Amino acid sequence: MARPLAFGRAENEALRQEMERDERVFVMGEDVAGGAGRAAQGIIDAWGDPTGATKGLIVQFGEKRVIDTPICEMSFIGAAVGAAIAGQRPVATLIVANFMSVALDSLMNQAGYLRYMLGGQVSIPLVVRMSIGATAMAPANGGGSAAQHSGSMYSMLAHVPGLKCVVPSDAYTAKGLIIAAIRDDDPVMYFSHRRLLGASCDVPEEPYVIPIGQARTLRAGKDVTLVGIGRMTGICLEAADALAREGCEAEVIDLLSVAPWDQERVLDSVRRTKHLVIVDEDTPRCSVASDIAAVVAEQAIDYLDGPVKAVTGPHAPVPYSGPLEAAFVPTPERVVAAVRAARDGAA
Amino acid sequence: MATAPTDLPTSAEVPRDAAVLARLYRTMQLIRQFEERVRELRQSGALQGSIHLYVGEEAVATGVCARLNPDDWVASTHRGHGHCIAKGVDVARMMAELYGRVTGTNKGKGGSMHIADTSVGMLGASGVVGSGGPLALGAALAAKQRGTKQVAVNFFGDGAMGQGVVYECLNMAAIWKLPQIFVCENNRYAESTPVEYSISSPELTDRVKGFGVPTLSVDGQDVFAVYAAAGEAVERARRGEGPTFLECKTYRYYGHFFGDDPLRYRTADEEAYYRGRDCIMRFEQAVADVGVLQAGDLERIAGEVGDQIEAAVRFAESSPLPDLRELETDVYTPARQGV
Repeated sequence: MARPLAFGRAENEALRQEMERDERVFVMGEDVAGGAGRAAQGIIDAWGDPTGATKGLIVQFGEKRVIDTPICEMSFIGAAVGAAIAGQRPVATLIVANFMSVALDSLMNQAGYLRYMLGGQVSIPLVVRMSIGATAMAPANGGGSAAQHSGSMYSMLAHVPGLKCVVPSDAYTAKGLIIAAIRDDDPVMYFSHRRLLGASCDVPEEPYVIPIGQARTLRAGKDVTLVGIGRMTGICLEAADALAREGCEAEVIDLLSVAPWDQERVLDSVRRTKHLVIVDEDTPRCSVASDIAAVVAEQAIDYLDGPVKAVTGPHAPVPYSGPLEAAFVPTPERVVAAVRAARDGAA
Repeated sequence: MATAPTDLPTSAEVPRDAAVLARLYRTMQLIRQFEERVRELRQSGALQGSIHLYVGEEAVATGVCARLNPDDWVASTHRGHGHCIAKGVDVARMMAELYGRVTGTNKGKGGSMHIADTSVGMLGASGVVGSGGPLALGAALAAKQRGTKQVAVNFFGDGAMGQGVVYECLNMAAIWKLPQIFVCENNRYAESTPVEYSISSPELTDRVKGFGVPTLSVDGQDVFAVYAAAGEAVERARRGEGPTFLECKTYRYYGHFFGDDPLRYRTADEEAYYRGRDCIMRFEQAVADVGVLQAGDLERIAGEVGDQIEAAVRFAESSPLPDLRELETDVYTPARQGV
């Protein structure tokens, strides 16, 4: 039965249901319980992750399966890889995706490459959860979380053979993708946008899987294809509403998986609409957005009636100050302008 | 130059068990002859590829792994052939891996720096210094979660003592009392850089004591000393009392990698000193002293190992190369039904 549930609660529910289903599943990371080692003082679940995603899990599953780590991303992610090879199914947390810089050896050389290097001897059923995104609330005074806590980052790991990367766009896809990630036999990087955490939508109570590698079409249209990633899918839907008022029917694809991404669905849509605008909060160079543009150019250029457009962050770190940060993040207005440029064939 | 711990064949008690002695000797011989044969093949040009030889350090892998069960885990280093052999990986499949053949342990996709066989608990060699620590930590964590008696060993060199990840792992293994054994093979050189230059504390174990992890430091060219210390560490781990740091002071006879001339950064006198403390030679002396195995037994073992190595080379040379379709397999696990 579906009922409205916030994104962060949907993540929590997914983790709890999978831990109930499979005793090999455990969570580890900084503050996944919070206040570890203070049970004698009555403290056993202080944080449950900075986002609350793991709140209550230590109460239900105990400290063997909900493990607060010291601050040492490279080592505890590497340990999660070792535990996965040894038969467990760890869900590790990088509090924000930028911290992947500290853990990159474990993520790339170990999690990503080990199966291949070992000639297929091992599978690494590992999930790494991480938060992404600019807050972009544009306060008049102050700002957001700045460059080292606001990156989208998934393009970095989408580049690594052996890793899968998923980016949910709402509470429903968050739950289905976490469950799919946990049940997958390969390492799956799960990126949740911090501005979506409080957003609710209908979420089935029972566990379900959204297949990794499959996008979904949220709105059918014949005039232009909008591909959204994560929170940008909502921006695409807003832009589609505005475009509809101008008589332009946009098809909106919610990409959900960025590695692998659903080439078939995107190509099929572009061949019908003849126009493509990709909307991605990540920075633009060597990115998922540029990869989509490249694949469409290789496989469907004869169908295109205008240039492929990408609406992305600039090639800059995420700034702090409110107006600057807001200017970093794609908006419906920028998407509408890009659609007009694509359809006019203008630069 | 560091002073040698002892000039005796061994500072430890020699086991009076013929089977244990034969196993230790066979393993050291297997490593030594494998590595010397690989070196010959590499020198003659019959074999190409990155190789880091373990010659001189055989007592470390041998003494430690002799205390392990097949289901215990080992994470290795770029200089991993000895660990693989001591943990029971088949030398024919290892040789085939070096030859890049599909019959290799890793189907020819890993080579010398990634030889692995998880069926005997060998998690793999690794090309990133220090990176075996987290893998072994995770394997030890899994053992504790599942309530098995398995232990996990990570071998690493003095060079890895410059990597923060080693200390992160020492800390986590200590706070969680994990069944992990940190075996530091101090061969005095991180690539070309000497340990007295690169490490601030006079003794490696000094900096480990701050983690509350028990430390042992032994002559790593003395297989009985390594065997005794490893036994203590493994028992502590199996009793649930947590990790041990075991420093084995050893020496690599050849360069950092095949093709490196170590006399560019160390002296011939120093090399002669350590070769004079050779682990196989000292084993033979010590065993002659106690008389459980006879010289003839040792000769027979060495001869059998020689035959085994030649058979491994023949197996490798006669094995097929990988089909080019293998280029893109094993990146991901084939999908299961019903998830």
